Amino acid sequence: MASVTDLETLLRPPAMEMPPYPPKTITLASGEQMVVRQAGREEMPILLEAIYPLLLVERDYYDIVAARLYAELLAYKRYRVKDEYVLVGLIDGVLAGLVNGRLVDAKVGMSYHTLTIRRGLRVGSHLFAAKMEYHVETCGQEEVLIVAESPIGFRRWMIEYPLDKKYEVQHELGGVPSWVLTRKTYFDAKPRLVAGRRPISAELLAGAQTIRLPGEETVRRQVMGEKGGRA
Amino acid sequence: MRPVYIVGAGMTRFGRSEVPLVDLAAMAALPALRHANLGKIPVDAVIVANMGAGRVNRQVAVASALVDRLSLWPVAAESVENGPASGASAVKVGYQAIASGMADVVLVTGVEMMRAVDGLEVTDFVASMSQPEAEYIYGVTLPSLAGMFARLYMDRYGVERKHLALVAIKNHDNAMKNPYAHIHQPITMEGILTAPEAIVNNPPVAEPLHMFDCCPVSDGSAAVVLASEDVATKLGAPRVAVAGIGQATDTHAVHERQDPTDLKAVRLASAAAFERAGLKPSDIDVTELHDAFTILEIAESEAAGFFKVGQAHKAVERGETKLTGKLPINPSGGLKAKGHPVGATGVAQLVELTWQLRGEASGRQIAKAKTAFACNFGGFGNNVVATVLRKEER
Repeated sequence: MASVTDLETLLRPPAMEMPPYPPKTITLASGEQMVVRQAGREEMPILLEAIYPLLLVERDYYDIVAARLYAELLAYKRYRVKDEYVLVGLIDGVLAGLVNGRLVDAKVGMSYHTLTIRRGLRVGSHLFAAKMEYHVETCGQEEVLIVAESPIGFRRWMIEYPLDKKYEVQHELGGVPSWVLTRKTYFDAKPRLVAGRRPISAELLAGAQTIRLPGEETVRRQVMGEKGGRA
Repeated sequence: MRPVYIVGAGMTRFGRSEVPLVDLAAMAALPALRHANLGKIPVDAVIVANMGAGRVNRQVAVASALVDRLSLWPVAAESVENGPASGASAVKVGYQAIASGMADVVLVTGVEMMRAVDGLEVTDFVASMSQPEAEYIYGVTLPSLAGMFARLYMDRYGVERKHLALVAIKNHDNAMKNPYAHIHQPITMEGILTAPEAIVNNPPVAEPLHMFDCCPVSDGSAAVVLASEDVATKLGAPRVAVAGIGQATDTHAVHERQDPTDLKAVRLASAAAFERAGLKPSDIDVTELHDAFTILEIAESEAAGFFKVGQAHKAVERGETKLTGKLPINPSGGLKAKGHPVGATGVAQLVELTWQLRGEASGRQIAKAKTAFACNFGGFGNNVVATVLRKEER
């Protein structure tokens, strides 16, 4: 008879070797520095806590993005999704937004979600770009499959990059068929959409080691459309 | 003509409305009426400024609806649509009603709910005020007109993107002190212009204008209560006189103007308002200009007579238009940061200036302000209403 440990092994997807995302810092329009770094599995509980208040916010499809992202982060925490990664944007250590995705195989990436908490500073745009940077530059992938669940996302990804249709492939999020970012699209768009500086100072990095959350009320206020508003 | 006073002012916070259009209008009208403290003095007429509810919100005859919402029957009611100058036009209609003796108290409310539709549709809605055969059908939008205007202005007068950025930074700073402003987000020169990341933070919209050169799309409402001298005297409140109103028009298509950088309608409307008020630009203590795009604050401040043509950007550089400068421009944050619900904007400018003249503008108060000027810029400068206010000591 198989042991509990053996069973768990069967339930966990086999993991692929994934290179770490090298942290960077971005000067925002406000002059603040946003550190973008990878979040480890052990940091999922605080990210789940950050997302929870957004599950019932209908505006700009935050509810569906939050609900799906919650499930994806939980699955990552509990080893039920293959080769997922999470990147966070932190301003003075406070969570400004997060993105996630996974590697389908060595060549193909699957973009999951982008969620912005601090709105009005193109935080989501910066973080999505960091996600593409991870797939294409850090992991050396050929393409990333992408869908949008909100008009804002469609404008930011499909139109701004612009992405190509790859309708013959069904995206893992279901719904509409996939769009794709190729290496060429990425490098063409990089000068106007991908920003950030490396290496980042030890001081900045130290300030971004622990994720702090804006208060629940601040999160709701910021995502409900208020432009700015410091946590 | 009889003198006319603003005896009450109120507005909603600009941004994104959670309530229907007429409720939003009422949310500005009620504080304005409370501010006026009319007691048993009746309101004779309600005028509503609105540009796009028929298209954007599927609602017309908004003034009649507001009267009903406020239970003010059987007062007279009418709506005024004059593009982005609807607000000041509506105040002008109210002013005329009182000045002529037809009314003693008029409630003027501007309201717009532009965020009811997505960004593409709202851009198209605003573009529909452009010349249909010569501009609109070729895809001209207001940002594109402003971009072409900015390019010409910069070439001719040496204005640089840093000057436009200074206007944006100033107005965002001012808005931080205004609880009614849409955007509470300070910005920096580094973040929007000089840092390598600025190209992502502040992408081009219509070169040379970038995102932070453009006003946001806002919902909001603002209201003023106008009254005759008799009523103003009875109320005993601080007296803010509508000292002069001027209005002028220009060619619909911008390219038909002899000099597209000459904002002739601003120049003529401002001159008329100053003449009626018996004041000159140098007498003015505080201004609200129609900075839907940063370049317009610079160009309007020259056309209105506050600076010589081609000199305003240098005044901006010297800090003269900051809250603490010689001529504070847009202490509210302007359209740039306070927001621009088109039909409400002209009224909101006068709300801010009324508060300034009454000493009620809290953290952004201009010390000892006694005179004020507003420019409400319709179309792309083809219909402009200028207003001069004066505080009268009792």
